Amino acid sequence: MINIILIGFGAVGQGVAELLYRKKSEIERLIGKYRVVAVCDSKGSVIDENGLRIPDVIERKKKGAFDGKKSIEVIETLDYDLMIEVTTTDVHSGEPGLTHIRQALERGVNVVTSNKGPLVVAFSELNRMAEKKGLRLMYEATAGGAMPLIKLAKNDLAGNEILFIKGVLNGTCNYILSRMEKERMTYSQVLVEAQELNIAEADPTYDVEGIDAAAKLVILANSLMEMDSCFRDVEIRGITEITPEAFEVASTRNYTIRLIAEANREKRILKVSPRLVPFHHPLAIRGTMNAALIKTDLAGDVVVMGRGAGKYETASAIISDMVEIYRKRYE
Amino acid sequence: MSIMAVISVVVELQDKPGQLLKALEPISREGGNILSIIHQRDKMTPLKKVPVEISFSVDNQKTALRILNRLREEGLSVKSFNEVRLLATTSVMIIGHIVKTDLSDTINRIDSTGFAEVVDMEITMPEVNKPSTAMITISATGKEKLEEALEILKSVCRDKHLLLIEPVNEELS
Repeated sequence: MINIILIGFGAVGQGVAELLYRKKSEIERLIGKYRVVAVCDSKGSVIDENGLRIPDVIERKKKGAFDGKKSIEVIETLDYDLMIEVTTTDVHSGEPGLTHIRQALERGVNVVTSNKGPLVVAFSELNRMAEKKGLRLMYEATAGGAMPLIKLAKNDLAGNEILFIKGVLNGTCNYILSRMEKERMTYSQVLVEAQELNIAEADPTYDVEGIDAAAKLVILANSLMEMDSCFRDVEIRGITEITPEAFEVASTRNYTIRLIAEANREKRILKVSPRLVPFHHPLAIRGTMNAALIKTDLAGDVVVMGRGAGKYETASAIISDMVEIYRKRYE
Repeated sequence: MSIMAVISVVVELQDKPGQLLKALEPISREGGNILSIIHQRDKMTPLKKVPVEISFSVDNQKTALRILNRLREEGLSVKSFNEVRLLATTSVMIIGHIVKTDLSDTINRIDSTGFAEVVDMEITMPEVNKPSTAMITISATGKEKLEEALEILKSVCRDKHLLLIEPVNEELS
């Protein structure tokens, strides 16, 4: 029996909980029996060591924040095997996720997270800690959401050296830029539209200034290219200065403009910036999609595309990490 | 050797054995790398000389001039000498107060390198005091030189608070 605690119960946390409930029989066929023994939000928690009934937890959440034990207390005292950490990202302090993950690893349990903060701030520390204790720390959901990237590179492209990664890693920016391209609207006009559609947040800084893409890039560079980098190392330029005319002028040379995150170990490049992208290029995608071009020494170019954010999309990446850890191995 | 420039010369040779060697030998001795030789027999001169177009690459312009002098010393008539051809080209976009921040200085910083130049520019200015958008095409004598020119442009744009948008292309062509 795998005992799970779920830390964070916003959209992603609820998405994970729903999938753990709705797809229980499919997932158990892959990894064996599991149950969720605690769910925490930023205020408190609900706990049942015999397994919570997820629909009841979601109903309970609708009535307001949880009371009961604080998340850190749950992490430090409960009996469990896997922590799913899906609290909100802070790329500068890494908190509260950083403390959560440190404590969980300290206690000797596996961790799956969608939280970029702890990995951006303390990538090597956390990974060393997990390795030393023979634990798994999985974070597919942190970079590219549902788009398979980390496990793809580590498993399916095993044996390859990754020479560079170039990607569209922020769906909000990609939406804004592709709308500017198509409708020749100004940045601020499209931003308002994106906010109405809930594609951009009320304070869009995190996305449009390239911070989110840079955080993902740091994780990719560290986990797939051993670049041992931190947030400060990334040269970041957002999309707010781009004019509608820019698309017109670019299109005369068959280019469009996208926010591209690039990591290149040999050339020591780590940057997020608007770039001219040829119309036929695989990264010239539209809407909220994410895409990445991975250049390898053996397999050549590999391109992936997928949903970078969203409740079930992100939850999908988390479930796949969990399955990867516990998948039954056949002799 | 990093290819810096491609030179093509047309020399007129007598149509008899050993003549071509007279032209090729000085080129290769002085460090030119011969790329192609085309006999233009259809353009034979009234004195029965055959124009031959020889293309070669050199690592700098001095070598090219030295080769040219050697060819003349050999008594060959050099009919045409194609100036250094710019080998690498890329387009970049600049957004911001391009004109106000001294556009001609920005261009001159590239042109004054001697190895790269701005060969084309398209600028859109929607309104006075609003940022303008320019597409600039830069050519250089080689890929590495082009990257060097882009680095210069990057630092100019940083100083002038302009947004530089580079192409994502894997290969600068």
